[in-house]
Amino acid sequence: MASTEFLSEYLPILIFLIIASGLSVAMIAASFLAGKQNPDKEKLAAYECGFDAFDDARNKFDVRFYLVAILFIIFDLEIAFLFPWAISLGSIGMFGFWSMAFFLGILTIGFIYEWKKGALEWE
Amino acid sequence: MITSLAFYLFASILVLSALMVITARNPVHSVLFLILGFFNAAGLFVLLGAEFIAMILVIVYVGAVAVLFLFVVMMLDISFSDLRKGAMQYVPMGLVIGAVLLLEFFTLFGAWQFAPEAMGQVSAPIAADSELTNTEALGQLVYTKYFLPFQLAGLILLVAMIGAIVLTHRQRSGVYKQRVAEQFARKREDAMEVRKVSSGSGA
Repeated sequence: MASTEFLSEYLPILIFLIIASGLSVAMIAASFLAGKQNPDKEKLAAYECGFDAFDDARNKFDVRFYLVAILFIIFDLEIAFLFPWAISLGSIGMFGFWSMAFFLGILTIGFIYEWKKGALEWE
Repeated sequence: MITSLAFYLFASILVLSALMVITARNPVHSVLFLILGFFNAAGLFVLLGAEFIAMILVIVYVGAVAVLFLFVVMMLDISFSDLRKGAMQYVPMGLVIGAVLLLEFFTLFGAWQFAPEAMGQVSAPIAADSELTNTEALGQLVYTKYFLPFQLAGLILLVAMIGAIVLTHRQRSGVYKQRVAEQFARKREDAMEVRKVSSGSGA
């Protein structure tokens, strides 16, 4: 466990979490208790312009969405590495600066590759 | 008091949501329970004092990895009820393999001894030096002391990027794209010509 001084900074978030979950539980419980319960099979039936639903709502979709998501994760991680670097840049000197420049250079090679390859274009 | 209460809250929700991940019938629900698990793990990290890891867990895992999992679940388009039909016939074999693994774990832990130096290193980087915040402490180590692992992480990200493009990117034929440079480079002579046509005869 970390020091109480440190954790007390996070106390408002905990209180916020408790209020948010309490409020949502209270609203669902209130509508459940106060509303009229009159279950019917037809109320649960799928409705699609008067027809029964033709097929499943889930179907295969293009792999390009996945490619965009993977590229997003990679640059997300790159940004995650930038945060501690930006905070401690004053004390890690030139070596720290060029270390990050080299890291960004490696990822820029990948960025140029995907740009030239046309992976960012949607068509 | 509040911290131990919060610990038990986060830990119990984490264990319950992890259980729901493997038992939920709908795979999309499993992914949503996984996201709940990530949030509670982030809460546990905050309780340990590792706030940077906690925030990265929320940004990277909840924001990106969970979305990828949802994509995979959607893309595979597996009917999980069909998949479960024949599962019971594999139970004896699965139990045998599980028992062998458990036995191996017990023998491993029985013979395991930690190196005496290793115990001293467990809490080395963030000492009682409480002036530094978590993120600053990381920043002072990662880019200079752990230079090589840091650059290797960059190379791994590069490999992941190129691998994803090579595996999934296809050049589609029969697609008309707008090429702005070509449009601008086109001259009047390429597109039209002026002819003298005498009246009464066609072009």
